[in-house]
Amino acid sequence: MGERKIRILIAKPGLDGHDRGAKYIARALRDAGMEVVYTGIRQTPEAIAAAAVQEDVDFVGLSLLSGAHNHLFPEVARQLSARGASDIILFGGGVIPDEDIPGLKTAGFRAIFTPGASASEVVEFVEKEFEAGATAGTRA
Amino acid sequence: MSAIDPVHLAGLVRRGDLRGLARALTVVENGGPEASVLMHKLYDPSPASRSVGLTGPPGAGKSSLADVLIAHWKSRGRRPGVIAVDPSSPFSGGAILGDRLRMQRHACDPDVFIRSMGSRGHIGGLASSTAQAAEVLAAGGFDPVLIETVGVGQGEIEVVSVADLTVLVLVPGLGDDVQMMKAGIMEIGDLIVLNKADRPGMDQLETVVRASLEFVREGRPVPQVVKCSVATGEGLEDLFSKLDDLLSSGRDFEAVRRGRVRENLLRVAAEQGTRFALELLERSYGIEKAVDMVLAGETTPYEIGERIAALSGRAPV
Ligand SMILES: Nc1nc2c(ncn2[C@@H]2O[C@H](COP(=O)(O)OP(=O)(O)OP(=O)(O)O)[C@@H](O)[C@H]2O)c(=O)[nH]1
Ligand SMILES: [Mg+2]
Repeated sequence: MGERKIRILIAKPGLDGHDRGAKYIARALRDAGMEVVYTGIRQTPEAIAAAAVQEDVDFVGLSLLSGAHNHLFPEVARQLSARGASDIILFGGGVIPDEDIPGLKTAGFRAIFTPGASASEVVEFVEKEFEAGATAGTRA
Repeated sequence: MSAIDPVHLAGLVRRGDLRGLARALTVVENGGPEASVLMHKLYDPSPASRSVGLTGPPGAGKSSLADVLIAHWKSRGRRPGVIAVDPSSPFSGGAILGDRLRMQRHACDPDVFIRSMGSRGHIGGLASSTAQAAEVLAAGGFDPVLIETVGVGQGEIEVVSVADLTVLVLVPGLGDDVQMMKAGIMEIGDLIVLNKADRPGMDQLETVVRASLEFVREGRPVPQVVKCSVATGEGLEDLFSKLDDLLSSGRDFEAVRRGRVRENLLRVAAEQGTRFALELLERSYGIEKAVDMVLAGETTPYEIGERIAALSGRAPV
């Protein structure tokens, strides 16, 4: 088949309006050759999941600084599986205390990036996960 | 099941399965034999659904207009679809697809489908598979289907041959409207929307646009002009009614369709021809071997081209 590009949706759930971090990651992913759908700030989990399905993305990346991640991140995971899209790989970033990370992983998040993480770590994570998914044949 | 069995996907598209439709769009976008099978299954030379191209310079308000058009058509009980194309980076091949941002309030509506595409190196303001993507949305029951081009400068007018109708969006203060006039771009719009009427310079823009319409070629329909502002809502009702009139008019969509089928045929033939010729080149010379021969002065690309053409004449079809 033809060219297969990695598609990623980057969204900010919750109320904080600081999207510099999200845009920075979006640009890094673009510069790594990926197609990044950017949906902007103050997105509801429903709108994020619905957009992810329509855009048929391989990954959804969430960024949140407001501290509501323990509620909003798992809610996005639930909304995705309600739409039969739990194969979409989730990752998150923002101001997230270490003790919250295991819970988010249980909720379906494959990686959580805290403020110290570099953009290239995110790019590497995406490339590695995509490669693994392609070999496992979960996504063609 | 295989995630990309195209026959199965075609069935899902027709049944209105949104995840299946989204997968089908990916298959079409990635091209190859699966895309051909899928398009063959969904093909409809005269679909009931109409498509509307939305083009104009970067930042003119195309996506913002798409957003209000979606709301308008929804209020009329229709199921609008959108294919929005943004430019891919020529350096990395990646893209930031930001058109959806302006329409995202419709994301949860099952009767609205929005899909973003990167242009993936295709020139002309669209991606090479945008026309097919719009056909897939139509097959999925979405109507009308809006096709937003990348922000265009002077000559990227492919959308005209893809969409039933084309809306050209211009805004005051760009200064390079004259460039568009020179290129005959005014002829691409069935409707010319002068957006951002809340900004200064609108009268001047309107004067220039109206003057340039006098240069529309003989026998061509002169596009209508509407002034509006998505920001204030001014003029939008006028835009909606003019566009809906055009869509429901007894306009000669058949001619548009015929042109589109012809282009489709030529494109598919050209794609297959290219693939076939490259395979022949690879098999009969080997591409790098051929480069060596040319560099060594043994032959020229033109002679090789002629030999490939002669070989293809003898090859079984
Ligand atoms: N003042 C004013 N701003 C507007 C109007 N319509 C859109 N905008 C703004 O213009 C900017 C660009 O709007 P978009 O809808 O993204 O423009 P676009 O043509 O889709 O842009 P590209 O897809 O990047 O080429 C945004 O900040 C909009 O809010 C308008 O009528 N008046
Ligand atoms: Mg846009």
